[in-house]
Formats: sequence, structure tokens, C-alpha cells
Amino acid sequence: MIELRGVRKSFGPNHVLQGVDLTVARGQSMVIIGGSGTGKSVLLKCVLGLVTPDAGQIRVDGQPATTKGAGREAFLDRFGMLFQGGALFDSLPVWQNVAFRLLRGQKKRPRDEARAIAIEKLRRVGLKEQVADLFPAELSGGMQKRVGLARAIAAEPEIIFFDEPTTGLDPIMAGVINDLIREIVTEIGATAMTITHDMTSVRAIADRVAMLHGGVIRWTGPIAEMDLTPDPYVDQFIHGRATGPIESVR
Amino acid sequence: MSLLSPLAALGRLTQGALATIGRIALFAADAVSHLFRPPFYPREFLVALLQIGWFSLPVVGMTALFTGGALALQIYAGGARFSAEAVVPSITAIGMVRELGPVLGGLMVAARVASSIAAEVGTMKVTEQIDALVTLSTHPMKYLTVPRMLAATLAVPVLVAVGDSIGIFGGYLVGVNRLGFNPATYLANTRAYLEAFDIISGLMKGAAFGFIIAICGCFYGMNSARGAQGVGRATKSAVVAASVLILAANYLMTEVFFSA
Repeated sequence: MIELRGVRKSFGPNHVLQGVDLTVARGQSMVIIGGSGTGKSVLLKCVLGLVTPDAGQIRVDGQPATTKGAGREAFLDRFGMLFQGGALFDSLPVWQNVAFRLLRGQKKRPRDEARAIAIEKLRRVGLKEQVADLFPAELSGGMQKRVGLARAIAAEPEIIFFDEPTTGLDPIMAGVINDLIREIVTEIGATAMTITHDMTSVRAIADRVAMLHGGVIRWTGPIAEMDLTPDPYVDQFIHGRATGPIESVR
Repeated sequence: MSLLSPLAALGRLTQGALATIGRIALFAADAVSHLFRPPFYPREFLVALLQIGWFSLPVVGMTALFTGGALALQIYAGGARFSAEAVVPSITAIGMVRELGPVLGGLMVAARVASSIAAEVGTMKVTEQIDALVTLSTHPMKYLTVPRMLAATLAVPVLVAVGDSIGIFGGYLVGVNRLGFNPATYLANTRAYLEAFDIISGLMKGAAFGFIIAICGCFYGMNSARGAQGVGRATKSAVVAASVLILAANYLMTEVFFSA
């Protein structure tokens, strides 16, 4: 279970998170929606310790998130993350990107075994074995996203974060990625937190939805209740209306 | 604008420069502290060694060859004013191994390597590859900085040694073919006045310059601002800082090694 209590983060005069309270149950797929620049990515990075919150508590399975020192590696070993732009390592071939965690550190495996696992994960995300020896720059955006997804699940983490998994993809590829995420989360039984603007993704991936606006969680509830909520912010956002309480010029 | 404005601007500039040097020193201390703590990344070290050492050989070699030749000409022309043309071989050798080999070699490697490291690491920063490293339980300092720092510290002295040899050879070529020195006498004079510490001091300077180059490249790369402009600025700053610090370190080391 991931619990955030009163998490605050400012960058100079920009108060991005102003007391975020959120609970994600074990095995649940939580999707966080919200406008651009509302701090969704910052929220994920706070959980991972990539950004240090100014105040508040973050707990994973009741233990404070380990942001430094002993135990940091073991803490991070529980996570997998798909970055918005893929964040694949340019200097490594695809299979070494996917097997990065399996080639070093506590989860190190023999090289042949790591490669076999990488190829199996690539197949899992719909990529052929031939892709394994290419470099990220030789792949299309959709393929890079899928390689990023394969890397995120390669070590079968307990918790997976997806940052804008379908941004920049055509609708068909976005649908493929959404289905993959849903399948993988169900199959591995992982806890998932996804950030997206894409309402098709929200409906395909989410068990629960949380809307971040004004630095706080404005609304959270099961996906089935999202369309029924009277909250005007959620209503405007999910229907993509230019008029409403959310300013279109931000 | 008051009369004191230029002084205030100079003060701010100095303060900013000192703050940057302080941040680079802290970054270097952090990198050194990771040098002896596992995990180690031998593959990354070997790749860095190849990139920094082997691929810098042509530029260092060419620089040394022309510098050695020019040095011989200058010493000959200057020495002729007080009938001291005979010192060309010894002064060329001493000048190359003590000063020009390490400094010019260091500056050429700074231009080639500090820029490349800063651009690579900076691009990794802005494309979230460094964040990805962290989420994959890999410390960026250990994975990116330590292998490059170690490789540069070991490779640049070797480059300096090769550069010294080529520079002396450049002086020899000019001395023998252009200035009419006897080849055997030229070589004998080169050997006669060159001491072991002349060479060792140059190699120690090379190690220090290699360290500076890698640290500046990684520091500016890891602190790169967003976008192409941010990476460009990081690259430029890395080369400028590495070059200035190399020249400053060269002066300090020369004072320590050779002050009367």
C-alpha cells in the first residue's frame, strides 16, 4: 500500500503540491489525472525519492519511503517505472536496456539468462527478438515506449509507475499500450500508479481515479463513479470542456 | 548607474565563480567517496578508458608534434640572440615534458572529452535517463561519474607521456632537418639534461588534469538545465571550467614542484 499524507513541494514561488493525501491499495491500479503542470509527475518522483518533498509523509507498506542510505537499493528494487519519453539508455542495445537491472546489483543474473528474460519481456510487449540488438535511436516512438514498458516489468516489481504511457502515440498504438498495461498489472498483481491526460487510457487502466488540481487531490473514487461525480473540476476535465472552474490559460 | 556598479558586478562575478568552484569541489569529494565503495562498474570504466584515452591519441599526438616543432624553432631563434642555439634539444625536451605536454594535452582533452561527457550526461539528465538509472537501483555517481573520473585520471598521464615523446620527436625533426643539428648530438643533449622528475611531474599534472576534466564534464552534465539550450550551456561551461582549472592547477603544481 502507498500512502501520501500532507505532501507538499514548491519550486521557488511555484507551490506545486500543497498537501496531497492519497492512498493506493496493494494490487490496485490508480490513475492520477489533472492538467499539465499540476504536479502529477512530481508526485510520482516524490514517492521514488527523485524529488524531496518539503513536508508530509510517504509510506510504502507502512514503512517510510527510503530516499537515501542503507535500504535505498532494496526500496527501489520494488519499483518499476515507465517514463514519459521512454528514458532508454542511448548507449545500450535494447536488450541491455530491458535487462539493465538483471545485469547488475542485487538482482544480477548470468548474462545469457538476463538476455533470455529481456527477449521474453520484449515478446510480452509485442516486439520481436530482432529488436533486441537494435539501439533505442533506431526505434519508433511506439516501440521505444514498449521497450520502456518491458524494462519496467523486467524484474517483476511489486509497484509500477507509468508516466503518460500513451502520450505521442497514435490511437491504435495507445490502445495496444493500454491493454498491455492492464494485462501486465493484472498478471503480475502489481500495484500501479499511472499519470495520464488520455481519458481512453484512464478507462482502460484504472481501478480508481484521483484528480490532482491546485496542489491537492480534488476528487478520488472508483472508475465507475468518475462519470457520475458532481465535482465540476472532474466533470470539466473528463469531458474536455474549455469552460468551467479550471482556467484554460494557466 | 553609480560609480561602484562595475565593482559590484565584479564582486558578484567573483562570488559566483567561487561558489561554482565550491560546488565542483563538493561534487568531486562525493565522487571520490564512491570510488572505493561497491558496486563497481568495470565495463563502464573500460568504455570510458577507450573513449578518453585511445580516441584522444590522434588529437594529442598532432598537437604535440606541431608544438615540439614550433618550440624548437622559437628556442633556436631566441637562443641565437645570446649564442645559445645549442640548448634547443634540452630546452625543447624540458619544456615539453614539464609544461607544454601536460598543459596542451590537458587542454585538448578538455575540449574533446569534457564537452563530450557534459553533452552526454546532460542529455541523459534532460531526457530523464538519470532518473531512470535511479529507479533501476543504480547510483548515477557510481555508474556515470566514477568510471569516467578514474579513466580520465589514468588515461591522461599516458596521453601526456605519448604526447611528450611525439613533441620531442617534433623538435628533433625540426632541429635536424631545418636547423642543421647533428641527429646523434641532438638525441644525446635531449637525454643529458632531462631528469626523471621532469617526466614524473608532467605525468602527475596529467593525472590531475584528467581528474579535473572528468569532474567538470560530469558536474555540468548532471546539473544541466532543460532543453537543447541547457545542454549546450552545460557543454560550454564544462570546457571553460576545465580549461581554467587546468591552467590554475598547472600554476599551483609548478609552484609546488619547482619553486626555488
